Formats: sequence, structure tokens, C-alpha cells
Amino acid sequence: MSAETFKQTPWQTVGPFFHYGLPWKGGADLVAGEGELGARLDVIPAGHYLLGPTQTAREPAAGEPIEIVGCVRDGDGQPIPDALVEIWQANPQGRYASDADAREAAALDPNFIGFGRASTGVDGVFRFRTLKPGRVPGVGDALQAPHIAVGIFGRGLLKRLVTRIYFDGEAANAEDPILALVPEPRRETLIARRDGGVWRFDVRLQGDGETVFLEF
Amino acid sequence: MTEAFARANPHHQPRGPNVHVIPYNPEAPDQTPSLYPPYASTVKRSPSLPLVRIPQTLTEVTGPGAVWDRLLGPAMLDLTKQHKGEPLGQRIIVSGRVLDENGRPVPRTVVEVWQANAAGRYIHARDQWDAPLDPNFTGVGRVITDDAGRYRFVSIKPGAYPWGNHKNAWRPEHIHFSLFGPAFATRLVTQMYFPGDPLIPIDPIANAAPGEARERMVSRFDIETTQEAFALSYIFDIVLRGRQATPFETQP
Repeated sequence: MSAETFKQTPWQTVGPFFHYGLPWKGGADLVAGEGELGARLDVIPAGHYLLGPTQTAREPAAGEPIEIVGCVRDGDGQPIPDALVEIWQANPQGRYASDADAREAAALDPNFIGFGRASTGVDGVFRFRTLKPGRVPGVGDALQAPHIAVGIFGRGLLKRLVTRIYFDGEAANAEDPILALVPEPRRETLIARRDGGVWRFDVRLQGDGETVFLEF
Repeated sequence: MTEAFARANPHHQPRGPNVHVIPYNPEAPDQTPSLYPPYASTVKRSPSLPLVRIPQTLTEVTGPGAVWDRLLGPAMLDLTKQHKGEPLGQRIIVSGRVLDENGRPVPRTVVEVWQANAAGRYIHARDQWDAPLDPNFTGVGRVITDDAGRYRFVSIKPGAYPWGNHKNAWRPEHIHFSLFGPAFATRLVTQMYFPGDPLIPIDPIANAAPGEARERMVSRFDIETTQEAFALSYIFDIVLRGRQATPFETQP
């Protein structure tokens, strides 16, 4: 094979009909993985929703569950009913369930992976049930503030848009090396806020209050 | 730092206690842009402000790829055997390899696929095209690469369908592919097309990939792996972002 062969395969949109292909039942519940959270059974005929829940029975992950709720909106402020949100995060001890995180000082929880997937509903709203992540190392010796990596997909999104969820009221936000790279007036778009019993994190793809999207 | 890692990277300086972040290559310059006005839905759904560039941290270089089965459940390798009867359409075998930019295989990674049926209709309430549904075909699969990065699944050839993006707009026949790879940074969603499809050169979604990049999404027909009296075979190799091969060689 020539070097020519090893060029990145291009990104393409998930299109509008991914609901029977990507979001599995319970995929937005990172704590227990049960139920239908994350899936859109309303748009798939009976007998054709073949994704999850996973067969592996497990105990719920250890920790106080939190809920993260948000609406994905387009450049006109209209909710997007055919978007998909993925999250990836460390567990409350600050450890990633990944071969690439070999730190033994922070404990793994065998019942917590830290990856979730949620469809938006007809109202553009997604919902995750998870645990608040601990701090993980950042750049140099600095620790990062608790955060969740977010990927957004959908009809009209030719490739994933990446952002992060931070948590309002965390003192560590002030010293987070990634937040520091975001122009101050736009930082608030990365910070989830308490709203009743949930954390609210809205996403604006374009226009007023446009969410900060990241590249790396 | 393991001894093997230290030998392979003699100049590596750990960042913080026990943390080694070897970054992945950046997105290629010819990757698909977010905004491509011929695909009309991108106009209001793409960022207007520049992305903020960040260094890769543990967050970006880790991922759930190794535990896909605990997340998603078992493999679903044969899309023609998910219901009581056989689906209508041309039976096909799709196989290939998942590699990184250094040509190294990406082993034991999950590849999620979904597609329309032979008439070009999706099993989805929002698909209003009046081509027939096939009760014996959902069009979803989940395949795993082996140690050499190879994957294989059986399906039927999807049909083309109209989509209303512009006058007389038809999507070429395609299968959606979603891959994790080893890290959050290596995630990829793409579409596989079929060789010789006259709709590819006039399709805004395929052409959002600039220049010859589009051709990397076109599978090739292969008579060697075509199975006699069973199915036609198409081969589609996928390349994910690779890790920098010798990331520290510029250091003293």
C-alpha cells in the first residue's frame, strides 16, 4: 500500500434517519444503563428497534446520579429534533475507563464506563443521567476542572462538533487550562447551570450565544 | 512510565504524575467542512465563529473503544437474518480494514452501520418517500474488527432515494458507518458509496469532501471475495486519525 492509501476517510453526516442505527435503549443512562433513555422509539416501527439495552447485567455505578438536560438549537434558534449527542467522561474518582488511562491512583468502577449517547426529542431536548466526573490531569502538571467531552451529530452536521460541559460553581473552573483558552465572554457557553434538580446545558450551533466548539 | 514505553520514547517527559499524552494527528486539511451550502441544511447548523484549538489531554486521547460490547451489546453481523424472512434485494458482503494514518490496523474496534432497504426506503417514520418498506429488513448492523483491523458483514444493496435538497435531488446508494477507534479524538462517521454510481458526482453530501477525498468513500467491487451463488462483494477500507509516529523526535 502506498502512503496515499492512508489518508483520513472523510466525515459525512449521520443524516436524519440514524435513530435505529446509533442510539441504543438506555444509552443516555450512564449510571444504570436501563430503560429507554437516549432512544427514540416513536420514530421506528415496532419490531425494528434492535439496539439495546445491552445484555450485560450490572449493578448501578457508585455515586450520586446527576441529570444533564439541554436543547440543541440552530442558527435561527429553532430546536433541532434530529440531533444526536454523545458524551465521554471520567468517573467521580477522575479515572477514564480506557486503556490509555493507566493511572492506578484513581480507582476504576467496573459499573461505570463514562460514554453515553442521546437523541434529541421533537423538542430538540436531550437528557443524560450520569455521575459528576472527578478532576483529571490536563496540560503539564495542572489538573483540569471536572468536565465532560461532548460530540454533536445530526442532519445538516457534516461532521461532529465537539464541546465540553463544565459545572457552575466549581472553584477549579478558574484554573482550568482548557477554559482559559476560550475568550472570556464566551466561556459561559461551556458551563452547565443548576436548574431545579438538573444541570442545564443548552447548545446553540450558530448565532446568538453560539456555543464554543473545540478542535484538537 | 513502563519500561517498554520509556525505551520507545527515550526523550519523553511525563506530563504530571503517571500521565502520558501522545496526541493524535490533527484533522486532515482536506477533511469535510461543517459548512457546505450545496447541502442546504448545513447553512443554519454550522458554527459561524472559529473553533477554539485546544491541546489534547487525557480526555481526548482516551475512549470507550475497548469496552464497546459492554456499552452496545453483541455484534450483529448479518443484516439479512434479523427477521422471519429474507429481505428483498441484491445480497452483498461488505468487508475491509480499519487502519490509522500510519497504516497500522485498528483492532477490536466496533463499526456501527445502518442503511436504507433495496428500494431506498429507511425504516423510519420520518422517511416519507413512498417506496415500499421491507418487513424483513431493518438495516442496522454492528461489526468488530479482528486483530488485523478487518471487518465483514452481510447485507443487501441499498437503493437510491430522493431527498428534496434541490430540484431532482437523489442520494447515491450508500451505507452509513460509525467508528470509535481508540480515543475520543479518533471518532469518525462516514458513508460508503458504490463504484460507478452516477449520482456520486452530483451529490452535495459526498462532494462536501473536497477533491479526491470523495473517492476514499467509494468502495470497490471485488470478484475474489464475491461468494459463488451467494453474494457480491464490496471492499471498503477506512482510515482514522493516527497517533504521531515519533512525537518527541524534535526534542533534544
